[in-house]
Amino acid sequence: MQNKSLDFWVGLFVLLGAAALLFLALRVGNMSSISTGDTYVVTAKFDNIGGLKPRAPVKSAGVVVGRIGAITFDDKTFQASVSMDMDSHYKFPKDSSAKILTSGLLGEQYVGLEPGGDVNLLASGDKIKMTQSAIVLENLISQFLFSKAADGKEGSK
Amino acid sequence: MINQWVSHLGRAVRVWLSELGLASRTLFAMLISGLGLWRRPRLITTQIHFIGNYSLVIILVSGLFVGFVLAYQGYYTLNRYGSESALGLLVALSLARELGPVITALLFAGRAGTSLTAEIGLMKAGEQLAAMEMMAVNPLQRVLAPRFIAGLIAMPILATLFTAMGILGGYLVGVQLIGVDEGSFWSQMQGGVDLYEDIGNGVIKSVVFGFAATFIAIYQGYQAQPTPEGVSRATTRTVVLSSLMVLWLDFVLTALMFQ
Amino acid sequence: MNYNGGLLKTQLAVTNLVEINNLHFAYGERPILSDLSMKFPRNKVVAVMGGSGSGKTTILRLIGGLIAPSAGQVLLMDEAIGKPDSAVLYRQRRCMGMLFQHGALFTDLTVFENVAFPLREHTTLPESLLHDLVLLKLNAVGLRNAANLKPSEISGGMARRVALARAIALDPQLIMYDEPFAGLDPISMGVTANLIRQLNDALGLTSILVSHDVHESFAIADYVYFLSEGSIVAQGTPAQMLASEHPYVQQFVQAKPDGPVPFHYPGISLAQDLGLEARHD
Repeated sequence: MQNKSLDFWVGLFVLLGAAALLFLALRVGNMSSISTGDTYVVTAKFDNIGGLKPRAPVKSAGVVVGRIGAITFDDKTFQASVSMDMDSHYKFPKDSSAKILTSGLLGEQYVGLEPGGDVNLLASGDKIKMTQSAIVLENLISQFLFSKAADGKEGSK
Repeated sequence: MINQWVSHLGRAVRVWLSELGLASRTLFAMLISGLGLWRRPRLITTQIHFIGNYSLVIILVSGLFVGFVLAYQGYYTLNRYGSESALGLLVALSLARELGPVITALLFAGRAGTSLTAEIGLMKAGEQLAAMEMMAVNPLQRVLAPRFIAGLIAMPILATLFTAMGILGGYLVGVQLIGVDEGSFWSQMQGGVDLYEDIGNGVIKSVVFGFAATFIAIYQGYQAQPTPEGVSRATTRTVVLSSLMVLWLDFVLTALMFQ
Repeated sequence: MNYNGGLLKTQLAVTNLVEINNLHFAYGERPILSDLSMKFPRNKVVAVMGGSGSGKTTILRLIGGLIAPSAGQVLLMDEAIGKPDSAVLYRQRRCMGMLFQHGALFTDLTVFENVAFPLREHTTLPESLLHDLVLLKLNAVGLRNAANLKPSEISGGMARRVALARAIALDPQLIMYDEPFAGLDPISMGVTANLIRQLNDALGLTSILVSHDVHESFAIADYVYFLSEGSIVAQGTPAQMLASEHPYVQQFVQAKPDGPVPFHYPGISLAQDLGLEARHD
């Protein structure tokens, strides 16, 4: 009957579409953006987060170990409060430090986690005490110009 | 003189508004009648076959060739800045975010849209729709709604296939023909293309385009004058209106999605 | 069948299946029908005749509820024809069958599927019973062996017969024919006319026949209405019409080229157009 062959072709068509979507999702897209598995939440405060965005990676030794969750402004300490969803497979010492780094020269910003030496590990809800803010280009330039001016002064003495 | 001009403008606006109102009313009536179609999925699958399967060849081939061209042109520009390794990323992003949904929608309007308009217009001209009404069968439910739902389902599938074929085409030309490094082609792509932001938004775009293009095609056929010139004018209008609508919606959606 | 069981009581009491009372219909500014009153008695074949553009097809569309009158009423078994998309109209249409001018068969379905269409849409009969019913209907019009052909593969006359089989598929009480003889060869015309009359009598139908074919219509009609420019100019039995002295009826029945319906399109005279006479505007 014509209906049976029609159903087959339509089914094939939909299957092809699903296969294409799967191909795009797995081979083309960034699968790690899907949070599979459990995470624990850790917060850190920064003076300046620069261009850090939610869902930016948290890396340690260059490997992605978590994702930035939410970024809020704490109006008591006037600092940025960043919450990070860490992959439960990776545990870090309580005295680990967080730095905001840039991938490449002008790339996306991410948080780099450097482990400390504490025996106790970070648990859900803990705070990372040692942080280093992002490098803001304008500050860098003014620092450079300032040091140049200081050199010039010394030189002319 | 000014009075005449103003009254002409007023009349034109009034006519345009009442046409828009009629189109909206037909859309709602069709959507509501379409709810009763869950009992008769055969009607929809038959239409998916005519709209989707029959468009496969043009979509797949076009996707492949668009991928070829993207790779060529992209390589030429990226090479000037020493960034040829980002070719995979360029091809994938262009296709997933823009070219996939938009070109598929334009091709869809041309191939499936015109055939829908002509079919429904000719059914109207041959009094088949009136005959159906006289048999107490609602043509909105029996003829229009299945085609609309089928278009809504087929468009995102076609757009995804177009994007996938385009990336394959980009790979064939970029890596195999030109010689860009295969590893960086895929790794840069995977690093830069986000599942939800890029691919997901592309799928959303294609659904919206499918909604617009399919309804325009169906409506033009439904409202066509029941003469040969009427049907031909309706098919032309389908292509023009669908294309303009898709491009305008693309602008709006892009502005909303990619801020 | 149960679907018009509720109407059975009214049906037995009513003499006129369809009544049109003081009907006015205008298309925008243009009046098509003015102050029309017609009666269509049960089990009779009534012919509505007139020249092109006299409003005959509009009457069928009004009865079928495809358009609504500007003033006046159309009654089906003493009940007003429902508004478009209403449940009342939906119910009323199940008692009607309509044969469109060129058949209006669904071109993507076979002959069998075309006749089966109303049965599939409105009943839940098992496939075997449906199959037999469809073949019986096709047999009534003489096309049972053409069941697997597509509408593009059969002639115009045959397509119209298939449409007739489709129109009687649900055993309606009223059946309307829109120019059933137009464009047919004499044999097909005879077959069609025969079918209309025989089906009417065998199935207890009421038939309304819109046509401008005098010979065939008069052969099968019980009563005739003559329409000109939206109103009735004459009515009576075919015998009365043939003997009528009304100039319009005479011109129509005897196919005279000139009379109340003029040959020349109205305007200025030939002498004026050729410049031989002064124009009288």
